[in-house]
Amino acid sequence: MIAIPYLTALTTYFSYGLLFAFGQFRDFFRKIFDWCSSNNLQGYAPICLGLEDFYIRRLYLRIQDCFGRPIASAPDAWFDVVERFSNDSNKTLTRTDKLSRCLNLGSYNYLGFAAADEYCTPRVVETLKKYSPSTCSSRVDGGTTELHNELEECVASFVRKPAAIVFGMGYVTNSAILPVLMGKGSLIISDSLNHNSIVNGARGSGATIRVFQHNVPSHLEEVLREQIAEGQPRTHRPWKKIMVIVEGIYSMEGELCELPEIIAICKKYKVYTYLDEAHSIGAVGKTGRGVCELLGVDTADVDIMMGTFTKSFGSCGGYIAGSKELVHYLKHACPAHLYATSISPPAAQQIISSIRVILGEDGSNRGAQKLAQIRENSNFFRSELQKMGFEVLGDNDSPVMPIMLYNPAKIPAFSRECLKQNVAVVTVAFPATPLLLARARICISASHSREDLIKALQVISRVGDLVGIKYFPAEPAKQQDTSKKFD
Amino acid sequence: MSASERFLANSMETVMGSAVVNFVNTTLNWVMFALDAPSARAVVFGVHIGGHLFIEVFLLVVILFLLSQKSYKPPKRPLTNKEIDELCDEWVPEPLIPSLNKELHYEPPVLESAAGPHTVIKGKEVINFASANYLGFIGHPKLLDSCSSSLAKYGVGSCGPRGFYGTIDVHLDCEARIAKFLGTPDSILYSYGLSTMFSAIPAFSKKGDIIVADEGVHWGIQNGLHLSRSTVVYFKHNDMDSLRETLENITVKYKRTKNLRRYIVVEAVYQNSGQIVPLDEIVKLKEKYRFRVLLDESNSLGVLGSSGRGLTEHCGVPVEKIDIVTAAMGHALATEGGFCTGSARVIDHQRLSSSGYVFSASLPPYLASAAIAAIDILEENPTLITKLKNNISLLRKELSKISGITIASNPESPIVYLRLEKSTGSVKDDLRLLENIAERVLKEESVFVVVSKRSTLDKCRLPVGIRLFVSAGHSESDVLKASESLKRVTASVLGG
Ligand SMILES: Cc1ncc(COP(=O)(O)O)c(C=O)c1O
Ligand SMILES: Cc1ncc(COP(=O)(O)O)c(C=O)c1O
Repeated sequence: MIAIPYLTALTTYFSYGLLFAFGQFRDFFRKIFDWCSSNNLQGYAPICLGLEDFYIRRLYLRIQDCFGRPIASAPDAWFDVVERFSNDSNKTLTRTDKLSRCLNLGSYNYLGFAAADEYCTPRVVETLKKYSPSTCSSRVDGGTTELHNELEECVASFVRKPAAIVFGMGYVTNSAILPVLMGKGSLIISDSLNHNSIVNGARGSGATIRVFQHNVPSHLEEVLREQIAEGQPRTHRPWKKIMVIVEGIYSMEGELCELPEIIAICKKYKVYTYLDEAHSIGAVGKTGRGVCELLGVDTADVDIMMGTFTKSFGSCGGYIAGSKELVHYLKHACPAHLYATSISPPAAQQIISSIRVILGEDGSNRGAQKLAQIRENSNFFRSELQKMGFEVLGDNDSPVMPIMLYNPAKIPAFSRECLKQNVAVVTVAFPATPLLLARARICISASHSREDLIKALQVISRVGDLVGIKYFPAEPAKQQDTSKKFD
Repeated sequence: MSASERFLANSMETVMGSAVVNFVNTTLNWVMFALDAPSARAVVFGVHIGGHLFIEVFLLVVILFLLSQKSYKPPKRPLTNKEIDELCDEWVPEPLIPSLNKELHYEPPVLESAAGPHTVIKGKEVINFASANYLGFIGHPKLLDSCSSSLAKYGVGSCGPRGFYGTIDVHLDCEARIAKFLGTPDSILYSYGLSTMFSAIPAFSKKGDIIVADEGVHWGIQNGLHLSRSTVVYFKHNDMDSLRETLENITVKYKRTKNLRRYIVVEAVYQNSGQIVPLDEIVKLKEKYRFRVLLDESNSLGVLGSSGRGLTEHCGVPVEKIDIVTAAMGHALATEGGFCTGSARVIDHQRLSSSGYVFSASLPPYLASAAIAAIDILEENPTLITKLKNNISLLRKELSKISGITIASNPESPIVYLRLEKSTGSVKDDLRLLENIAERVLKEESVFVVVSKRSTLDKCRLPVGIRLFVSAGHSESDVLKASESLKRVTASVLGG
């Protein structure tokens, strides 16, 4: 749990209150204005109702330049951010031709496969020539090429499961699989901070949904005992099946899942486990096999392993790995397999090639180097940030590290100041996080060099002083040490 | 009962009766006394406090007392830990998946080359009628060129959602290109065709809103309808009378409800039947009843209309009349992903509220480049559309000669949909017959056709059939060969 300093909470509430009051005030005048000018809806209800877009109009638009910044190069360690300007106080942003070369601390390019790679890129281009960018068909019709089967075998052996099935998008993987497996009379127990795709899949399934406190195994056990004892609501029939859904690394928290404890509980109560490794597969573990490898969990104990290829592998799509029977069944029942266009062949090739590099099957040790590099980079960066007095969330070894900002005014300030000094960071605020817990999020990559990281730390430290987000006292002795290093 | 007993009972009654009367009298006396007491005549702030006030206060106190008491409930005894342990031990979950039966044996053919009009399966070249490559863009050199230069510049994946440095300049260019092509103010790219509809619908329609949808819509739309939690009413497949009736009923029923958003959801060319929706009718109804229209142009973009701008062009409906247009790009444009296009307000709203857009990595940039290239090629070569139209009508003409099957799709539809003339009465048997035909056509005649498949989750109940995806890349002899092959095999399967 994050303990917010009392004063910070107060000022944060005050800022939001002020924004809200002013927004309402302006809305009030807008309403009067609209009422005077004639209503042009002609009997249709407005397509966005008042409060639904209040947040967008009055809060988001003010700081929208901090989000969705276009880039004009591969999302590598350094990239070109397209400069934008606005003539109507940030309501619309116009692209310019000017680019600024920035250090990329925002992309999920954990292993550095986003940029051209000596092993992957030639193979991807070859595949493009052979198979074209698309099959224009679903997997069960004309969308299964040799490459797709190879990819599934490759993924299955990489994540150490008997079989796997792949889809062209990670989001769809979650949201189309859950309805196939769970339905009325089943129970989904979901971590409270699970990704939106899981939430959507769970809602789409029609199963009952219960939530347990983020990453607290004891609360999971409590919920499980209560639910098994109670049975279904009203009828009290026993649940048909129960599935616990967790993520490997939580992308907004940077935390590793308490997997060993959760798996032990799930085994004890005979419930199924679903592990979403979107951010952890390829990024952590000795050979990049994700949290199971890192935390010493046998993959046989996880019933369904899900992951995406958009992060570490620098491609697109998602997979489900599990028993042969499970995958066989999914191949006949899952709508995303039956109806959606199969994953683009060059993207599939990128995944196969990057897995080969990770496993050292390309004949070099670049994969092992990348894995060592990302771990070293992440731990170095995290510890330096902590020493400077930032409030950094997450666990060691995780390449995702949120820095708490809290105050709404600090979101654009931090983001813009960093960008001015050529460091691109991601800031996240409500509704992606709770109202009080706005943060900046750093994603470390194996392609960052030590100099890159030191430059980033210098900038973040300066901006941190400016914006006032060093909520803890800096560590004095070591601070000297690092400042020497920076000189 | 004896007489003496009766007397006794009577006297008891009188005794008891008089006791009650006595009690009431004394109470009344007491109350009268209380009321007559000096305090009862008190004057507070110039108001005489009459005796009845005391009774009222008394009653009030009694009522409050009664209200404050909890109603009777059987005492709740929570389960002891031991009991919960037992329940947990006893609980037996169902298996994660149902046991696999023999029917689930289908293995799709594996392609050994690109899925163009001709492809290779098991080392043999076959004519491909299974890919929705309507304009024959698979393998088009210009498309490949744009992809390879994009790959060289941007790499494969975008490594982030649109909000967090996943917006690449080609995405913006592609959105502008699509909007320009279709004549709309703006458009928004999704990273997968399937997610386009099921993210766009819940972005606009919330709990309490009303959606009228065709019963034949594909699963992506069905899922969107479900996720929106709106009230969903289905009308008969492509039946405008049924739609009118539904709209009328809803208008009457919700006459008084204010600020109710109402939508009609239809597909331009139905993936599940090859029917084309009469858009001019829809627009008339929509304007009469004040509904908004969501139109899925996945199978009509690049196919219908004289320049391939889709059903709006085909029906001569100005595109502004359709509030929200979506399309998957994995068909005619021969790339992947999807887009939604419409007014600036419609698009901007999705950029923050559409979950599949906000919470997913953006489309790989090379696929966006491919989409731009595909639209460019289409604009430069309008003859491709004529070629496709000719192929469709030739195929239909030839197929109509086959006995035992009927063509269920619209004459202009690029999906030619064949159904059994006489159903066996069971969906399973029909499916087996059709699959048999498709399998033999592939094996014996080297023509790749597929039977429509249904997921167990799919609510669509339209009959299954063989689907042929016609392409401008097919030559006349390809089309003739396909129809000849189907004719031979159908005769052998249905005849024998
Ligand atoms: C945990 C989790 N699951 C699924 C996804 C969706 O994956 P994709 O971006 O490939 O659609 C994400 C992406 O952010 C994620 O963080
Ligand atoms: C499956 C699932 N996970 C997580 C959540 C989020 O829970 P909370 O309300 O605690 O944020 C929800 C909420 O709907 C959910 O449906």
